[in-house]
Amino acid sequence: MTYPQLAVLGVVVVVLLDLVVLRVGLLRRALFWTAYAIMAFFQLLTNGWLTGREIVTYNPETTLTSGQVVLLGDWRIAYAPVEDIMFGFAMIVLTVDLWVVWGRRGIDLEPYADGPWQRRRDARAAQAAQRARNARP
Amino acid sequence: MSGLLQYAYLGVLAFILVTTLPLELYLGVRVWRRPRRLALTVLPVVVVFTVWDLYAISRDHWFFDPEQTTGVLLFGVLPLEELLFFIVVPIAGVMTLEAVSVVRRWPAVQETT
Repeated sequence: MTYPQLAVLGVVVVVLLDLVVLRVGLLRRALFWTAYAIMAFFQLLTNGWLTGREIVTYNPETTLTSGQVVLLGDWRIAYAPVEDIMFGFAMIVLTVDLWVVWGRRGIDLEPYADGPWQRRRDARAAQAAQRARNARP
Repeated sequence: MSGLLQYAYLGVLAFILVTTLPLELYLGVRVWRRPRRLALTVLPVVVVFTVWDLYAISRDHWFFDPEQTTGVLLFGVLPLEELLFFIVVPIAGVMTLEAVSVVRRWPAVQETT
């Protein structure tokens, strides 16, 4: 199989996994797509480095690109072949689906996220509530 | 093969680890602190995508610059950096998901799915 064939297959497999097989349904949630938007930005950045510097080189006979390393066009985005976007998407969906599956089964479901940022947010909310109570006659 | 050039790929992985660390320390996503779940998540991804990578190399889909990698090869063909990529990137991915979950108050694991 060629890279574009495998890349499309990878996307189809993880979509079926998420929606039908594992029934995690992250692909239906704003949580996933918000996180994916952030990840896709950093993928373009890091993959652009890897492909722009030709740390990894693609064979024009088995990928859509013609072999010239360009910033945009010729089936490339930020130097990287578009197949890489699908490769990365498949990897990320498989990863976050598994993370949810194990959490659902109670494996390291807790400790839930907690850190200085949330404590500060909660403290601010508590202060606001206190002020609202004090403001009452 | 000498100097910094051979760390051109490894450096990207270090960049990903360093830039996501504040999510653990400041946002408190607690991904590194749930090691069992993290390992069970990352291991299948490593297996699947290492197989894909080995197939792609064998069918000449892509190849790596020996000058810009450390030169440590697994199975005789796969740069060590690739294996580490399949560990580091999924960890960063889970951290990003949990970070959005924290900030937006959208639970990653819902009561009913």
